Amino acid sequence: MGAREDQLKELLARALRGDGAAYHAFLDGLSGFLRAYLGRRLARLPDDVEDLVQETLLAVHNQRHTYDPSLPVTAWVHAIARYKLVDFLRRRSGREALNEPLPEEDDLMAASDEEAREARRDLDTLLAQLPDRHRLPIVLVKIEGRSVAETAKATGMSESAVKVGIHRGLKALAALIRK
Amino acid sequence: METGKLIDLLAREPTPVRAGWLRRRLAIALLVGGMGALLMMLAYLGIRPDLSQAARTPMFWVKLGLPVSLLAVALLATARLARPGVRLGRAGVAALVPVALIWMLGAVMLLEAGPGARVAMLLGATWKVCPFNIAMLSIPAFIAAFWVMKDMAPTRPRVAGAFAGLFAGTIGAAIYCLHCPEMAPPFLGTWYLLGMLIPTAIGALAGPRLLRW
Repeated sequence: MGAREDQLKELLARALRGDGAAYHAFLDGLSGFLRAYLGRRLARLPDDVEDLVQETLLAVHNQRHTYDPSLPVTAWVHAIARYKLVDFLRRRSGREALNEPLPEEDDLMAASDEEAREARRDLDTLLAQLPDRHRLPIVLVKIEGRSVAETAKATGMSESAVKVGIHRGLKALAALIRK
Repeated sequence: METGKLIDLLAREPTPVRAGWLRRRLAIALLVGGMGALLMMLAYLGIRPDLSQAARTPMFWVKLGLPVSLLAVALLATARLARPGVRLGRAGVAALVPVALIWMLGAVMLLEAGPGARVAMLLGATWKVCPFNIAMLSIPAFIAAFWVMKDMAPTRPRVAGAFAGLFAGTIGAAIYCLHCPEMAPPFLGTWYLLGMLIPTAIGALAGPRLLRW
């Protein structure tokens, strides 16, 4: 637990400075913990686990500026995962009441599950619904791996508009999931 | 999209995050909210003519101290509630300290005053407009506080909304001190408090709706 915390903290600190490889390792490690944590909590809804893992990863990314480096990364991630879980259960509570209490003190890092299952919701489909100013920067820079400068040239957008488009687009994607 | 692909996407060329993001935003909210309230006060209410004399009395500073100390509490609480995994801790209880102090002072004053003077002390000359004016002056800070909170990730949106509202209310009340002629602690402990609680209550109602993420 202590070692995992230190390791994730180090990776996140580097990621926040712009280190993509460290960020990849951070999200990869995190997804295993999230899958195990959410799998335990959603034992009766196994098909929704991978969707919620993705939603939580996206939230971690979109809210990464809310991380305070002086505090444990575990507590931060756990609070995000728990919020997303409660939000998910509330969304479907029209069909089914939420009657299982969620203990605060549930160890996020108790176990890891590396085996990704099939996601039900397809993020590619949601991505396709975004307006061009959001979709094109995400597809060209984040999926195809082109540079911001190239993307700006190809789309006729300014470089800052490309960066803003990625940032706002990923937030819009998270909003589409919540609907 | 597979989870592995999503991670590839998110981790590719991540934009560095500047430290102190929240602190800068809160400073802007404080500045915009304070300036907005000041301009509204000057435009609609005006500075009290005897401000320079009043500022020499200790009671003026006690009066200003009520919203300013609550502002400090609200800032701290808002900053904590904005981040997932940070507990509110004692910040919530701390908000009760300035209120308890002004109530104690008010109780002493009411006891010392003669029975005939007590009602006048409690109602002053402006009790009907005071809470409304404070709530009005807190509008710019309310918008600014929600603008900050919307980009953060409060996991308790109702409480976060309430403290964002309190933040706005204290700014409104602090600026209102420059206009308002009332100086009696019983008045302050009632009508100033009520004025600050209006945006607090609106914030608590609006939080779950506006602060989802």
